[in-house]
Amino acid sequence: MKNKHISISDCSLRDGNHAIKHQLSVEQIANYCKGADRAGLDIVEVGHGYGLGASSSAFGVAKVDDETMLSVARENCTRSKLGVHFVPGVGKHSDLDMAIEIGVDVFRIASHCTESNITYRPIQYLKAKDKMVYGVLIMSHMADAEKLLKEASGMKAAGADGIVLMDSAGYSTPDIVSEKVSVLHENLGITIAYHAHNNLGLAVANSIAAVESGAEIVDATIKGFGAGSGNTQLEAVVAVFERYGYKMNVKFKDLVNLSLYAENSIISSVPDIKAINIMTGMHGLFTGYGTYVQKVSSDFGVDIFELCERLASRKLVASQEDIILEEASKLARRAV
Amino acid sequence: MSNRVAIIGTGSIGIDLMYKTINSKELDLRFVVGRRSDSPGMKEAMLRGVATSSEGIAYLEDNIDKIDIVFDATSASSHAEHDRVFCKHNKFVVDLTPAKLGELCVPVINMESLKDSRNINLITCGGQASLPLAYALKNSCEKVLYVEVISSISSDSAGIATRENLNEYVETTEFALRSFTDAEASKAILNINPAVPQVCMQTTLYARCEKVDIERLRSNVNSVVKKVKEYVPGYNLVLEPLVDSGSVTLAVQVYGSGDYLPEYSGNLDIINSAAIAVAKFKSKVSGAGSRAVAIEERLA
Repeated sequence: MKNKHISISDCSLRDGNHAIKHQLSVEQIANYCKGADRAGLDIVEVGHGYGLGASSSAFGVAKVDDETMLSVARENCTRSKLGVHFVPGVGKHSDLDMAIEIGVDVFRIASHCTESNITYRPIQYLKAKDKMVYGVLIMSHMADAEKLLKEASGMKAAGADGIVLMDSAGYSTPDIVSEKVSVLHENLGITIAYHAHNNLGLAVANSIAAVESGAEIVDATIKGFGAGSGNTQLEAVVAVFERYGYKMNVKFKDLVNLSLYAENSIISSVPDIKAINIMTGMHGLFTGYGTYVQKVSSDFGVDIFELCERLASRKLVASQEDIILEEASKLARRAV
Repeated sequence: MSNRVAIIGTGSIGIDLMYKTINSKELDLRFVVGRRSDSPGMKEAMLRGVATSSEGIAYLEDNIDKIDIVFDATSASSHAEHDRVFCKHNKFVVDLTPAKLGELCVPVINMESLKDSRNINLITCGGQASLPLAYALKNSCEKVLYVEVISSISSDSAGIATRENLNEYVETTEFALRSFTDAEASKAILNINPAVPQVCMQTTLYARCEKVDIERLRSNVNSVVKKVKEYVPGYNLVLEPLVDSGSVTLAVQVYGSGDYLPEYSGNLDIINSAAIAVAKFKSKVSGAGSRAVAIEERLA
């Protein structure tokens, strides 16, 4: 097992964008991509936090448009593959065409974990153009292993080359991760990737559990830069995998400069685990809501924890910022 | 005769339309056709004693003289094929797919001006829910610069065609938002929510505009909501317009009438209620006095 090869998908410039309200600049993208490419990171994912075509009032207007972000990243990634995140119903096929034109290598087509049939068409669309495509199951804590297998099988049948399980709420613990990843790994016969969040301080541990259960790709971000309390910290997880003897194209020592660059020039505040993050994690609310919930609760002058509880009772999935606004407005008026 | 209706497509939309047509005094349902005789929708139609066929468009072409109005509740790509047949026979069709081949229509905005159109496109459910608000906004400011709509619908109310047509959903909704507001840029998002108990359809509109008249906006929004309520009683403003310099945010929730699908499926109800409103209007303007004949024929 220790001879196993692990690939790292660096989501710093995509999930990290959530942490700074999608304000990554051209210069930051260019410099980071150059460093990641030099360090030997397998895949570098770039874009608005919610993926292609997501820049909007609802999800936050990105500082740089998709086309510019991807072009700049492409120019600076010669070895690393360039990846994008795409959610049907948010982005359009014309956005995929643009990404293909720029030379994106890896397409990750995402849906809430129980709604994967919305990904079939874009998966087929991309496979017809011979692209590398992964099916992404968001908020995977909201379905059991059997259901996830069923959803993932559909994505595989549509043509997906692999499946990414996302713990988008940072709700999962290593036992849950092991069970779900094993079931997918043993039954699907395609690559499994794991994407963790750190709300309960378990992102690195969950990533290790995923690899031990058959995952071959791990999503990580520099200094954990990502939505809410952040993701699996890239430097830490690579260091652990090295000690365990897994084979990787990236070495911890090559990440040192990248980490320093990110700390000095990109990450205004290093993600930590705030009470709000634990709160969303425990309730299984999308981790990216943390900052937004804080802003909205202060705008409307409502109690943040009461707002969280109400949102949890409505079982919000990802990308429902509008409901947070509505619920806060109701709470402010005490209409319900 | 001008009120004889056929429905093509036996998914959730088609069957809910079937019940709405049956319940309408002004419309006369003749056929429900699809492609699979064993689909749940087809069974439902048979159970209700409606004439059905699994021959789809071929059956409708064979019986084209027995109908005046077709509701196409299939998919964007299927509608493109079907419309060749309807065009050949000059048959009036209300298109509920996002194919946007015909004239874009939101009943409270432009139905009356489309009385001579052969193909009426109902855009999308998110379009039907948001365009009345977008139009009210356009009439309350100097210029709409950008308009964005995000709709959440329950997973149970999103059928296979909806799921396969998400790309067309986004494109068509964005196109209609620009067409009805003259905004240069638009954005549409559809979010399918699996939460149980099911979420009711909710549509939030964000816009940037020049010189908004807040009082006028409130009054235009209230008046358009009232008009939509005439055909969709469950259309409710849940977020009054929030105006922050040039930015405007407002939201509606849409409860359905529960004809076939549960009340939370406001997304199906609003587009279907629009279809019924268009069919009634068309039948009224093109064939006054023909109802007696239709009833006689049915009895015979």
